[in-house]
Amino acid sequence: MGREKVSLWQIFAVFAKIGTFTIGGGYAMIPIIQREMSRRGWISDEELPDIVALSQSAPGVMAVNISIFAGYRLRGIPGSIAATLGSITPSFLIILAIAMFFSAFRDNPWVERAFKGIRPVVISLILVPMVNMARKACTSWWKWALAVASLVLVAFLNVSPIYILLVVIIMGFSVTYYSGRWKR
Amino acid sequence: MEAVSLILQLAWTFFLVGAFTFGGGYAMLSLIQNQVVVAHQWISESAFTDIVAISQMTPGPIGINAATYTGYSVLYEATGLHWMGVCGSAVATLALVLPSFLIVLLIVKFYTRFRKSTLFEGTMGWLRPTVVGLIGAAAVILVVRTAWNGCVPEFSLVRENIIDWKSWLLMGAAFVASYWKKINPILIILGAAALGVLLY
Repeated sequence: MGREKVSLWQIFAVFAKIGTFTIGGGYAMIPIIQREMSRRGWISDEELPDIVALSQSAPGVMAVNISIFAGYRLRGIPGSIAATLGSITPSFLIILAIAMFFSAFRDNPWVERAFKGIRPVVISLILVPMVNMARKACTSWWKWALAVASLVLVAFLNVSPIYILLVVIIMGFSVTYYSGRWKR
Repeated sequence: MEAVSLILQLAWTFFLVGAFTFGGGYAMLSLIQNQVVVAHQWISESAFTDIVAISQMTPGPIGINAATYTGYSVLYEATGLHWMGVCGSAVATLALVLPSFLIVLLIVKFYTRFRKSTLFEGTMGWLRPTVVGLIGAAAVILVVRTAWNGCVPEFSLVRENIIDWKSWLLMGAAFVASYWKKINPILIILGAAALGVLLY
């Protein structure tokens, strides 16, 4: 594409910077990636939506998927390794520091009291993205049934989510295939 | 020797989590929780809840944060050694990323065809609602414990997370603040920490 060769270290450093400033989920990261990529001429604003779409459809953490894809665009497989390591290193170091610190402070009465307030709130912070996703994903009665069934199976019957996902992938694939829409 | 087998189990567990996470960080949390708290019982519900809170507050993708933290906790709890914890977090994080890495590189090769495929979109139409249910289950498991006595379920509250009526109040307030008021989750967690110190 006529781009000059970017050094692996540079790729690592830019993605480490992006990783440091992402708080919360992958979507918060998109504007930051956009700015960093277009400023350097690495990925154009027109290319980015495709990369985001692709990263959402692959399993795993979206932010990491974007790094893998962008790194690959820049320098092939070595580039994607540099980008991946870059985007996970800041989290890794920060979390390690906190984990070591927290294991020493967990029994501190102040910390204990703070976490008594935090724990119920975390549950709501899991429910909110779920509701938002449900509004987009559950567009018919059978999709609601699928959501409720997987909730009940995992929460009350201790079925592993991995089995549920495998069964749903096979079912969704076969139904789409045999309904003939695929052939058109 | 025991530590080595634990590390191998951890690597396999997080490889599976990475391979089966469809739908972002919260979907990943439900898988991590199921593997680590329910299936292997490496850590307790309340310890996992703390990990989720810290993962939301610190920079970086929430799934990576939770994997790093969980990897550390599992090995540190088992051995009492910080450096083993560091090994655990490195193994968990790299194992988590590996499937994405392989799959992204694979689809890069023929991704325009892949994206537009009706077959792919059709399968995703089934997967997305399922993931909604899995995330819901993650929240439910942090509130209710189910024990099966033959065919009769026995429900009990997870007392570490839901201590009393004030916990329900905080939970409701956080939902309102996040869903309707769109307040930043970090601010909500910090507010809850302050209220925790005042109330308990």
